[in-house]
Amino acid sequence: MEGTDMKYIYYPGCSASGTGRGYEESTLPVFEELGIEMVTLEDWNCCGATAYMSVDEAKAFALSARNLALAEDQFPDMDEVHIVAPCAACYLGLLKAKKYIDTDPKIGGTIRKALQSAELDYTGRAKVRHPLDVLVNDYGLDKLKEKVKRPLTGLKVAAYYGCQIVRPYSDFDEGHDPQTMDQVLEVLGVEAIEWPHKTRCCGGAQTWSSDPFLELVWIILKDAIGSGGDAVATACPMCQFNLECFQNKIRAKFDYQKKIPVVYFTQLMGLALGIDANKLGMNRLFERLELPASV
Amino acid sequence: MTEWFEQPAIDQSRADQNFPNEITEKSWGETLRSCIQCGNCTGTCPLSDIMDYGPRRIIAMIRAGFRDEVLKSNTPWICASCYECTVECPKEIKITDVMYALKQRALEAGTVPAGNYNPVLAKEFFNLVMKRGRNNEVFLMMFTVLKTNWFKGLDLAPVGIKLLAQGRMPIFEAGIQMGTGKKGDLKKILDACEVCEN
Repeated sequence: MEGTDMKYIYYPGCSASGTGRGYEESTLPVFEELGIEMVTLEDWNCCGATAYMSVDEAKAFALSARNLALAEDQFPDMDEVHIVAPCAACYLGLLKAKKYIDTDPKIGGTIRKALQSAELDYTGRAKVRHPLDVLVNDYGLDKLKEKVKRPLTGLKVAAYYGCQIVRPYSDFDEGHDPQTMDQVLEVLGVEAIEWPHKTRCCGGAQTWSSDPFLELVWIILKDAIGSGGDAVATACPMCQFNLECFQNKIRAKFDYQKKIPVVYFTQLMGLALGIDANKLGMNRLFERLELPASV
Repeated sequence: MTEWFEQPAIDQSRADQNFPNEITEKSWGETLRSCIQCGNCTGTCPLSDIMDYGPRRIIAMIRAGFRDEVLKSNTPWICASCYECTVECPKEIKITDVMYALKQRALEAGTVPAGNYNPVLAKEFFNLVMKRGRNNEVFLMMFTVLKTNWFKGLDLAPVGIKLLAQGRMPIFEAGIQMGTGKKGDLKKILDACEVCEN
């Protein structure tokens, strides 16, 4: 299989050193443990996420395009340069820019010209991938299964994909009822529960601002708990932050008593691969994950 | 009481015939004209109930040229970019991108709705990235709160303190070098964008 011998370029994104530290701290050791080579993109910049796009479209595309062009420039010998962006907003930002530049001659022209002013070029060799995509489609679930040292038997988890890794530009999973995270979790021995809000919006960058946004989070949490989940697994730093950090406020506002830990799916992978919880950034969780006695 | 078939009088002089063209001139924009007003977008939108006008109405209003009402509405600023509407639209209108186009225009025209944090957040995010090439969550929240509502800062403090204690506040994250003038200089690229656009 080509996947396992392949080298991937890691794009951390801005939250990897901030609120989303646990995501990076679990993704990197997990990929290392699996023997998937990943090199960090040097001098990377912001992907141009939601907020930047609200101000200037061309510049937002140019930001992402610089990352694509840097990857091509730093790895000139590779036919295809696969950039792995764990953050959902980065994944969408890079992918969206790529799609627009590839298909829209006007935007493509503007952006290529801008890149050339700094002696960079984007030829299309750069591909944008999500860790779930790499794990399921390149590495393979069978191989992953062989690596599991400590199956997380008895743990029930609600796989929460959020919006931007499955909509609308991604093609590695289904937009309404995605399966890749469920599949990975099942391989780890986790029971991935059936629940209705896998891809429902968490409120994004506005959840902190007012109560109607908190309600979105509440709907997700109460259904994850109500469907029997011991924890929620996420694949996005924004989702993880929203679902985890406002639970106190939600309990007060909606007169709700229950709590649920919100972890990155990569943290669960790390545990199942035998890596210590504290080396996976799980010491940074508001609500610690208690593993069932059966593990 | 007015009968259901009596249409309210529309003051055509208020309509700006050029406004729809500003949106449809985008590469994906022509699809806007094919909207059948089915309401799938508003129905699937998790936030339409707190928007001044749902996405279906906003599209109708754009096409009718209601520039002021559209650009002053909170609708694009409530949109969290979850892309549900874009995926569900049977006419493949990129509704999330319509919202972005409206946000860009409202900021340009200075007609953002008062009391909404999101336009300020967007501007601060933009400024941070222009200076440092990367976002910094701590500075972003600090600047946004300082420029909108200080009390919100107090409200958020418990979460902030906890994050700080857990090492999840990137106070010392410096960003990348801007304006080096060398190969790959981000400032050069963004400046060149400005020239190409105008």
